[in-house]
Amino acid sequence: MGSGSLVQMGLWVLLAIIAITMGAKAEDAPFAVHMFIFAGAAILALIFKARSFGKPAAETTGYLDGVVRWGAIITVFWGVVGFLVGLVIALQLAYPDLLTNIEWLNFGRLRPLHTSAVVFAFGGNALICTSFYVVQRTNRTRLALGNLAWFVFWGYQLFIVLAATGYLMGVTEGREYAEPEWHVDLWLTVVWVAYFLVFFGTLLQRKEPHIYVANWFYLSFIVTIAMLHIVNNLSIPVSFFGSKSYSVFSGVQDALTQWWYGHNAVGFFLTAGFLGMMYYFIPKRADRPVYSYRLSIVHFWSLIFLYIWAGPHHLHYTALPDWAQTLGMVFSIMLWMPSWGGMINGLMTLSGAWDKLRTDPVLRMMVISVAFYGMSTFEGPMMSIKAVNSLSHYTDWTIGHVHSGALGWVGMISMGCMYHLIPRLWGQKEVYSLRLVSWHVWLSTLGIVVYASAMWVSGIMQGLMWREYDDQGFLVYSFAETVAAMHPYYVIRAFGGALFLVGALIMVYNLYRTVWGRSPVTQNVGVISAAA
Amino acid sequence: METYTLMRHFADSWGLVAMFAFFVATAVFVFRPGSKRHYDEAARIPLKNGSED
Amino acid sequence: MKHELLEKNATLLLIFSFLVVTIGGLVQIAPLFYLQNTIEKVEGMRPYTPLELAGRNVYVREGCYTCHSQMIRPFRDEVERYGHYSLAAESQYDHPFQWGSKRTGPDLARVGNRYSDDWHREHLANPRNVVPESVMPGYAYLYDNDVKLEGFGRHLKVNAMVGVPYSNEMIENAEADMKAQATGENTDGFMERYPKAQARDFDGNPARVTEMDAMVAYLQMLGTLVDFSTFKTELEPR
Repeated sequence: MGSGSLVQMGLWVLLAIIAITMGAKAEDAPFAVHMFIFAGAAILALIFKARSFGKPAAETTGYLDGVVRWGAIITVFWGVVGFLVGLVIALQLAYPDLLTNIEWLNFGRLRPLHTSAVVFAFGGNALICTSFYVVQRTNRTRLALGNLAWFVFWGYQLFIVLAATGYLMGVTEGREYAEPEWHVDLWLTVVWVAYFLVFFGTLLQRKEPHIYVANWFYLSFIVTIAMLHIVNNLSIPVSFFGSKSYSVFSGVQDALTQWWYGHNAVGFFLTAGFLGMMYYFIPKRADRPVYSYRLSIVHFWSLIFLYIWAGPHHLHYTALPDWAQTLGMVFSIMLWMPSWGGMINGLMTLSGAWDKLRTDPVLRMMVISVAFYGMSTFEGPMMSIKAVNSLSHYTDWTIGHVHSGALGWVGMISMGCMYHLIPRLWGQKEVYSLRLVSWHVWLSTLGIVVYASAMWVSGIMQGLMWREYDDQGFLVYSFAETVAAMHPYYVIRAFGGALFLVGALIMVYNLYRTVWGRSPVTQNVGVISAAA
Repeated sequence: METYTLMRHFADSWGLVAMFAFFVATAVFVFRPGSKRHYDEAARIPLKNGSED
Repeated sequence: MKHELLEKNATLLLIFSFLVVTIGGLVQIAPLFYLQNTIEKVEGMRPYTPLELAGRNVYVREGCYTCHSQMIRPFRDEVERYGHYSLAAESQYDHPFQWGSKRTGPDLARVGNRYSDDWHREHLANPRNVVPESVMPGYAYLYDNDVKLEGFGRHLKVNAMVGVPYSNEMIENAEADMKAQATGENTDGFMERYPKAQARDFDGNPARVTEMDAMVAYLQMLGTLVDFSTFKTELEPR
């Protein structure tokens, strides 16, 4: 124990020194800021390690739940941050003089902050947190590799802080959802490999002969994201002491690689991983096994097989070769089948227990999220049809589609899981107030419906106005006129987003009351159950 | 040019067929008679722990 | 092969699921790296001048791609509104590509030479002064930021490493070329290296090379390189 700790402490000292040196030699201010943040994190890790030095080792039997508890709190925190920034930029589009001409807060910099905060900070932490919880429970074993899970957790938060501060300072690679620069990408790679090792190591030491299907989805999500992240972010820095890099690929290759990445960030990050949640938490909450386990296996293989091909539908009618566009369209349409297979599997798990929806708003939230999953996975294939896409592409319709998926499916399944998870992690029977959960469910559902409807109308209207001709064969609208026509819908959209945010704030209060100021009622949190 | 044509044809012919075959094989295997009991057991894994977990 | 094996062997599950996602990506993407025949032969394409590249970096930094596309599709309305549909050749030196995915503002693939420098400056600083309906943020601070000239050759060098045909001469003269283009003075060498490039004081402030210079220079060249009088159109706009 002692020498291992010394090695670790030495490593943190080394990292801190390297970071400080690089920060001192930095060629641009953002890079210096990043290196000093990095050095600060290394020093904090060192202090933490030093304080526990020589003390008896902590409890290592039972489940490692501390990291899951932190994960749950941070998920809720980043969720609120992401929704709030989303509301701010929605208001900026409706009222463009809001926070304008301020370098750090212009729309172009806040928008990546919003998408990354929701996808990677909120979604990513929900995934890491629930995967650590589920993999332990379904395999009846503690997380592998000692405290590496804690490194994954804090390392991932450091990644988020670096990425977010980078966006505000204008540090970006300029490709959607892959914006962090090379040094941040490298750090994420290290963290992600550690995440894989912990998850896979836990599977290897399992006490359950069968690997439950939720773990397949989590595993595939982790591995595929690693592949996508590494390939799409290949770039050469201008200097090892500066934040700017140039991507290895250019033009059409860069576009296809990016959307191969981008669409599978949706497919594996926002879908496969969250399906892992669905396959554990819905059966758990409904207290019934999944409707068809066989269907779940077919769901898994067909989903990962089809998704990887769908990227080119983001590039319809562009300079990408036609055959690749068509291939992307065909696979996107085929994706409809496994997606709905999965949705049916999730929903039908409740067959014979539908009455629970009346009494349990947490289950209701999860079921609504699966319904939104079904809706957006119907809409997606439809929008990938080239004829539809020629109208919908470049418009707000896409934004509406993304949000019915991100708020409806990802957001609500995650928050439903938090409502289930958090009381149990703190030894409570149930959340503080189910009534407030119910309020949250309806507020967020209403918010999403308002949001998506506004974007449908504005998107289709925009697409039609762009291509409208008069009798003489002239274009009817200037671009500026189409922008002006969007205003009312941008206001309505912001209102929908505000409803969703209010719902999330109610959740914060509810969970706060659940966790703090009540003594635990159950005693066996984190005890590994015996084989049944 | 040559390589491109070759790979492009492979992409939407044999590559596709091979993966589709894998998928069909999986589906057939999963739905073969006699697998039901095994899968029913697997489906109960999340419910094995107490309700407090 | 027994599927049960996959369910009970984590390593096999890992390998198989990884194979499925890798092969899918490979057979789709790999061919594109042999796609000489899909990047059209065109005349006029040249690498960005140092000043344009600096402007492009500002474009990337400010997240312009979150609202503006640079990809005109072959539709009648788009061709009439924005100009000839975009060719793969036109973004072949773009690291990264900036085709975009959303048009909160108009497409910019051919915005070059459509408006005056004055218009661009005023529009960037106070968009609603020139386009009352605009929802674009203001970028007046571009006037205040100097472009970092020193060592800019390294930017060209890294681009050359990833395939952009910058010559050693271009790399060595990067700083001088940047100054020449942003002032319109001593441009002989510059014009030789970058034929037909536009050189003048873009930001109305001859004393400094600002990010406004770079940004306007970049916008003014967008989509102007390819000589369409020598290009045979393959696609009929729909």
